[in-house]
Amino acid sequence: MAWFKKHKELIPESRKRPSVEGLWLKCNHCREIVYRKEVDRNSKVCPKCDYHFPISVQERIGILTDLGTFKEWDAELEPGDPLGFTDARSYRDRLKAQQEKTGRKDAVVIGEGAVNGRGIVLGVFDFSFMGGSMGSVVGEKICRAADRSLATRAPFVLVTTSGGARMQEGILSLMQMAKTSAALARLGEARVPFISILADPTFGGVTASMAMLGDVIIAEPKALIGFAGPRVIEQTIKQQLPHEFQRAEFLLEHGMIDMIVERRHLKETLSTLLNHF
Amino acid sequence: MRDYLEFEKPIREIEERIEKLASAGTARASVQEEIRKLRAKLAQAEAELYGNLTAWQRTQLARHAQRPSVLDYVGAFCREFVELHGDRAFGDDRAIVGGFTRFSGRSVMVIGHQKGRTLKERMQRNFGMPNPEGYRKALRLMKLAEKFRRPILTFIDTPGAYPGIGAEERGQAEAIARNLLVMSRLTVPIVSVIIGEGGSGGALALGVADRVLMLEHAVYSVISPEGCAAILWDDPTKAPDAAAALKMTANDLLELGVIDEVIPEPVGGAHRDPQAVAERVAKALSAHLSQLEELPVEELLARRDQKYRKMGAVADPRLPAS
Ligand SMILES: [Zn+2]
Repeated sequence: MAWFKKHKELIPESRKRPSVEGLWLKCNHCREIVYRKEVDRNSKVCPKCDYHFPISVQERIGILTDLGTFKEWDAELEPGDPLGFTDARSYRDRLKAQQEKTGRKDAVVIGEGAVNGRGIVLGVFDFSFMGGSMGSVVGEKICRAADRSLATRAPFVLVTTSGGARMQEGILSLMQMAKTSAALARLGEARVPFISILADPTFGGVTASMAMLGDVIIAEPKALIGFAGPRVIEQTIKQQLPHEFQRAEFLLEHGMIDMIVERRHLKETLSTLLNHF
Repeated sequence: MRDYLEFEKPIREIEERIEKLASAGTARASVQEEIRKLRAKLAQAEAELYGNLTAWQRTQLARHAQRPSVLDYVGAFCREFVELHGDRAFGDDRAIVGGFTRFSGRSVMVIGHQKGRTLKERMQRNFGMPNPEGYRKALRLMKLAEKFRRPILTFIDTPGAYPGIGAEERGQAEAIARNLLVMSRLTVPIVSVIIGEGGSGGALALGVADRVLMLEHAVYSVISPEGCAAILWDDPTKAPDAAAALKMTANDLLELGVIDEVIPEPVGGAHRDPQAVAERVAKALSAHLSQLEELPVEELLARRDQKYRKMGAVADPRLPAS
């Protein structure tokens, strides 16, 4: 399926250029123009509609873990180019540009940290790196995180924002869905908790593997979450999509997630939840 | 009557000439000589064309309306197929069929995508694009097989999981994810064959297996060539380029270590001689199944685990290059 279609389509102008200049910001959800400082003060949440703007991996780690506790693992893992893939640009060139832009080798960060003193294994997707797409490095790092979680019995917490599998690695990207799901299956058999936190947007092969496999699944308000992208669906069924289709609230109503938690309550909720595991 | 694809036009022309001469029914030596010459020419043209198919041409063959389906294979080499229906939660998705059958002296669970052949069948089967209830039916049948210690055979042939409103409401992503998770730990042997189109997650949801086999002209990809062309080339007519770039043919996948065996097809594709292809598929399935049945469960699971754990192209600069 055309998983990738979506992330390109879903990226509103404001997110494509996450520039910090300008006093005003247009909300991705309600389209209102809001005062940037107010959004920043409000944990990057729209004061008009409660939409949670994308935040950086560093900000995410800061929100979830105790100050100074996070230690990154395997940052040096680099993607190969198994297909020698080239469209208008070669995959190698794209990777290089993304690596320079983000200062990261690929689209996920893994490591360990503490949530109110409780040790966890944490994974955070970086949407700014090729739309958070999952290729071999993302799959490998998620597996390594799950393996460390299995070895130490520290709960595995994963925050997703992704357009889905990465086309440029072809079938090997698809196989990362099987590979990561298998790692999570081992974790589950050992009764080590896996908490999945879905941020805006989470689509395609990432939703159809790790994201929906949490023992508990949490989403941020108004996050778009789905398998197929809205435009692909619209083109297939040739009908208008329902109001707020594929928003976190829609998923909650249909029984697909456990709860929607505002960013400022995320750490407390996680901490309370972990007391039960 | 055969359905010819656009790129098969040269073959069609020669075949039509032979047919015309033959149907005249004359025993004249000059005519018989002409037919003999044309047959030689046909064989040569076929060898050239089908020996050098592009990824895009294979994609078309993989989607051929006459291509044998899971039910054709079951009919050809299984006995006593008892089809089982429904996911016990929402409905019965006819884009996926499954049930117990006898294969090569044993009881097995067979599950596969079914596209349908006539337009009416295709509509009923949603062109082989499952909804969540299809994947959940498959999961139910796989667990049933595990409970009664029966091996599982899956046949993959789908454009992909259905992108619809209901599919999203009922958790298409969850249904696929759950199958991947459960299949990775099922305690009975699983052998999958990609018989036609392996369309992304919708195909993989039946394809986590101890052995994955693939017909010579089948394709298997993370995204359709059309979808990929529309996004990366910004031009859907570039599908042939995308098909080549995606490395989605059986030989590509064998080289990438994603599949275990390529099953050769008759000249012109599986639909030209379904019986011959069915015999080859049966032979391959039987051989793999027999090997897997020898393994203790822990060994079976450990090997399945390692197989998927190794997939991918990752460079770790801290390790010496191998
Ligand atoms: Zn807003």
